[in-house]
Amino acid sequence: MEKSSRRSFFKVAGISLLGISGAAPVLNSFAESQVSHTVEGSYVKNESTLQAKRWGMIINTKELSEDNVPSIIEACHKAHNVPNIDNKKHEVKWIWEEEFKHAFPTVNHDFLNERVENLKFLVFCNHCNNPPCVRACPTKATFKRDDGIVLMDFHRCIGCRFCMAACPYGSRSFNFENPRPFIEETNPLFPTRMKGVVEKCNFCAERLAVGKIPACVEAANGAIVFGDLNDPESEIRQVLKENYTIRRKPALGTGPSVYYIV
Amino acid sequence: MNDKKIIYLGLIIFAVIFTFPFWYNQLKASPAPEPILSQTAKDAKTCVEPKEFMKTGHMQLLNTWRDKVVREGMRQYKSTNGKDYNISLSSGEESCMGCHGSKADFCDKCHNYASVTPYCWDCHIEPKENK
Amino acid sequence: MLETAIKGSRNYWLWLAGLAAVFCLGFLVYLNQLSFGLGITGMNRDVTWGFYIAQFTFLVGVAASAVMLVLPYYLHDYKAFGRITILGEFLAVASVSMCLFFIIVDLGQPQRILNVWLHPTPGSVLFWDTIVLNGYLLLNIVIGWKILEAERSSIAPPKWVKPLIYLSIPWAVSIHTVTAFLYCGLPGRGFWLTAILAPRFLASAFASGPAFLIVLCFIVRKLTKFDPGTVQIQTLAKIVTYGLIINVFFLLCEVFVVFYSGIPEHMEHFKYLYAGHDGHGVLVPWMWTSAALALLSIFLLINPATRKNEKILPFTCVMVFVAMWIDKGLGLVSGGFVPSPLHHFNEYVPTLKEIMITFGVYALGFIILTVLFKIAVSVKEELVS
Repeated sequence: MEKSSRRSFFKVAGISLLGISGAAPVLNSFAESQVSHTVEGSYVKNESTLQAKRWGMIINTKELSEDNVPSIIEACHKAHNVPNIDNKKHEVKWIWEEEFKHAFPTVNHDFLNERVENLKFLVFCNHCNNPPCVRACPTKATFKRDDGIVLMDFHRCIGCRFCMAACPYGSRSFNFENPRPFIEETNPLFPTRMKGVVEKCNFCAERLAVGKIPACVEAANGAIVFGDLNDPESEIRQVLKENYTIRRKPALGTGPSVYYIV
Repeated sequence: MNDKKIIYLGLIIFAVIFTFPFWYNQLKASPAPEPILSQTAKDAKTCVEPKEFMKTGHMQLLNTWRDKVVREGMRQYKSTNGKDYNISLSSGEESCMGCHGSKADFCDKCHNYASVTPYCWDCHIEPKENK
Repeated sequence: MLETAIKGSRNYWLWLAGLAAVFCLGFLVYLNQLSFGLGITGMNRDVTWGFYIAQFTFLVGVAASAVMLVLPYYLHDYKAFGRITILGEFLAVASVSMCLFFIIVDLGQPQRILNVWLHPTPGSVLFWDTIVLNGYLLLNIVIGWKILEAERSSIAPPKWVKPLIYLSIPWAVSIHTVTAFLYCGLPGRGFWLTAILAPRFLASAFASGPAFLIVLCFIVRKLTKFDPGTVQIQTLAKIVTYGLIINVFFLLCEVFVVFYSGIPEHMEHFKYLYAGHDGHGVLVPWMWTSAALALLSIFLLINPATRKNEKILPFTCVMVFVAMWIDKGLGLVSGGFVPSPLHHFNEYVPTLKEIMITFGVYALGFIILTVLFKIAVSVKEELVS
């Protein structure tokens, strides 16, 4: 027994040695990755960044009309390279127009005032205070920032579309195909998306970071008010104080940050 | 026990085939290409971090950068060389590609050599010079 | 034991080759999906989960049903099932594998799937679902293999297998509960927003899974020297009966709550599924077929004469399986998405490519199932002779 085990030990040892010397080039290929990759730089926010405790918007539907609604949508979609896909099934949209009965299906009734029935409603992500999409996302690709913005990390999205099932406002779109051929004019300041990821309104986080207000607010000329909901002195709070406003599906407890003056 | 030889032979063949890419690259060993620096990059003299680090660690840096920007809204990088840099891959002059103006001359040179195809450009928009 | 899988008859290899061909075809179409995107499917902006996730949901049930063999045998000492627990466990392995494949083919960016574990999100049900499914797969592979190995050598299985078996019982319940939680915790989706969804899932699982197993038992009996046993098949048939009746009962509870309360957000989905809405009603005939098959099978299963008749029983089981498949695989997922939260009616119909990929995944699952059953049955045959 002893003898044979000793013999087999030498055998194994010999083969191992042979293997190691023969595998040198292979091991060398790995050795190159030994260089240090850490670096000590630090990170700060831009000084011009607009900051808030909780960003919110008010859509004053009284001031929305066929004249400004398309340009508001266009301003957003151009700024974010949102593709214009004709195939309804693969449609991608960040902000769009709905009738009252679709924007507020639970409030709709048979004797709706004619004005409201024909009103244009702009709908988009509500940047909920208690967002079900963030809860559902299995990779934290959708997350809520300290300033209340519900943001997407397109790099991390695996395209499971759980967030789309979770969103009670239909605010999210999925890239069923490569969106690039459907973007007429790309804005070099914002990336496009690739196939297989979800996307939605980001409250123009990239513009806030350089001190600009959201593109839709800019294009709306006062029809959309943007500001810090947690700041009692802010314009948005004044408007909320002076007007009766409603939110979409408040009973679900998601706490939308987008208000509507009807 | 007569199968022993066959088994060993099989194992050796497997090992050779499995490690083939490494052998192949060792033998091929064509010299690594030098990326072509644009005039802006040459004038700047230094990248956001030392060249040696950028050569091997740019992907780690870019990875950290994208998390910082997207997830924390941190868009300024204070480099170890004391300067501030705007964190952005390809949006305008104050970005990586603002300096390294040509994807073909800069990124692709090494990436093609190393057979890596990062999909940055599936979403990020490459500088116009390239098209 | 693996060697028993490569010693098979001509028909065994022909069957495997056929499955492999279907799989390859599905795989080719999947490559097309990888390059184009999920746009090759019938899914759309409103119905964002389709055939793939539906099959996944259905198969989680089939997988969970292994517990219906394990539990009576190990907890109630019901000896008769000792003969066939292995079949249930191996069916679970094949089903969970298919579940995982279906999740992968459903992803928009499958190469990033590890993000689920690189950035673990305990608040996300999908994160937990990947954990319980992989855990269940592992449990059943280890338990099945060890028990079979021990049986082959006529020795007792290692002691550490027993705790794993006990663990696998609640674990089986967990996989279908967590899968139900994927749906029933979403605000604004009235069809799924019901606490009875998980129990309903389990009840339908305990009908469809054992029904499928009965069919497999008949096939094994016909093709091999191993007989799973008449008592075993009859006990399984009783389990199917209870599962099916409880499932129908739960569904009727649901119908009562939804229609008596009259809350539109909950009612509209049922109306769409069973009556259609303004010309939208692709699923109406399917849903009624499912209902009819379920009722007919209940009748055939309750009646002892028809249940004990081994000429009729396999057909009854196929009916149960189809009824449950329509209910979960077609109605449950689509029905929850139509109408959309904004009250638009955009219907979903799977495309041919989508169906081919689905068949491909099923083929792969059946290859796994065939090989595992071949191993199990070969060991059983050795013991018989």
